[in-house]
Amino acid sequence: MNHLHRDLAPISDAAWTAIDQEAKTRLATHLAARKLVDFAGPHGWSHSATPLGRLVSISAPSAGVTAAQRRVLPLVELRAEFKVSRTEVDDAERGATDFDLAGLDKAARQIALAENVTVFHGHPAAGMQGITERTSHEPIVLGKDTPRYPNGVARAVDVLRQAGIDGPYGLAIGPEIYTEIVETTEHGGYLLLDHLRQILGGPLVWAPGVQGGIVLSLRGGDFLLDCGQDLSIGYADHDVDLVRLYIEESFTFRVLEPDAAVALRVGT
Amino acid sequence: MASEGLHEPLQLLDEAIIDQHRARTSLCEELEAIDWYDQRVKATSDASLAAVLAHNRDEEKEHAAMLLEWLRRHDPVLDGHLRTFLFTSEPITQVEAEMTGAAPGPDVAPGTQGSESLGIGSLKGAEQ
Repeated sequence: MNHLHRDLAPISDAAWTAIDQEAKTRLATHLAARKLVDFAGPHGWSHSATPLGRLVSISAPSAGVTAAQRRVLPLVELRAEFKVSRTEVDDAERGATDFDLAGLDKAARQIALAENVTVFHGHPAAGMQGITERTSHEPIVLGKDTPRYPNGVARAVDVLRQAGIDGPYGLAIGPEIYTEIVETTEHGGYLLLDHLRQILGGPLVWAPGVQGGIVLSLRGGDFLLDCGQDLSIGYADHDVDLVRLYIEESFTFRVLEPDAAVALRVGT
Repeated sequence: MASEGLHEPLQLLDEAIIDQHRARTSLCEELEAIDWYDQRVKATSDASLAAVLAHNRDEEKEHAAMLLEWLRRHDPVLDGHLRTFLFTSEPITQVEAEMTGAAPGPDVAPGTQGSESLGIGSLKGAEQ
């Protein structure tokens, strides 16, 4: 048994398989940051901090010596709870494949959104700065005219190249703007989505939680999501009607090269 | 001719694809050279020749590593796989099972699988 206590839940193997599969499918759709930044680990639940390789001087305990302390970034634990009906869970054992996991779907969206927000915009309470906070470049205004977005994206790519940041490049974009891009064709019927991919040389990622957009290098070594426990489902408790479960993960995020991303702002 | 290894008309390819082809072809050549040197080191009865061949073989390993790193920087999917598999210590097939969320072995029930993670890991290279 481990801290997830899955074997204490009144859930059959068939239902666990269905719950895990549903969670993986939903999470993979919403986890935008992992499609663009480096991922290290998982190092396991006992992994508590990411070493920063830095020292801070502190007062010595006694005369004649100097003292310094290693700096680390503690992992943040994220948890999103949900409930499933025991009747529905029992139906899975009977072979039902359409049982209701709406609570799980909502929790998957919530925890994926939290991870995306941490990576792209930071989590101050956890001492983590996001990409838009750490970038060394001024944001580029995309304007309100969707067909002109390629100009702004090309300028962002140019800023990265001028800074000596190699490609390919990716674009994380909020859901509303993403939909506008998908719906837009340029003169001659060319899809705006394809034009943007061509400029980037890499993917355009639908990214819930992103405000505006972010162009970033995918060459590797610039942004690191350091994972302790990767996304897992655990058991909290149950009553006669419901089982209370949760999705959980632990991680740190660091920007290693602030020159490797440019924020895009929509509007004027 | 860019290379005899091109399998599509040159006009249908772009510079990035051709550069990656050059790197992959060079990587194959380096690995083949390592294999050849390795056999010759083993086969020769002249110790001084074996030392020279082993030295040359190990230089080819450096060349192969440099090419692999160049490819990693230009191929996000390869980058993701290398980050998953390289420098791990658990059985390689287990690393893959954790990455893909593959079904556990017959002696491990779904509710009690190893770390019990969903096995999502890196999604770099998966656009949507």
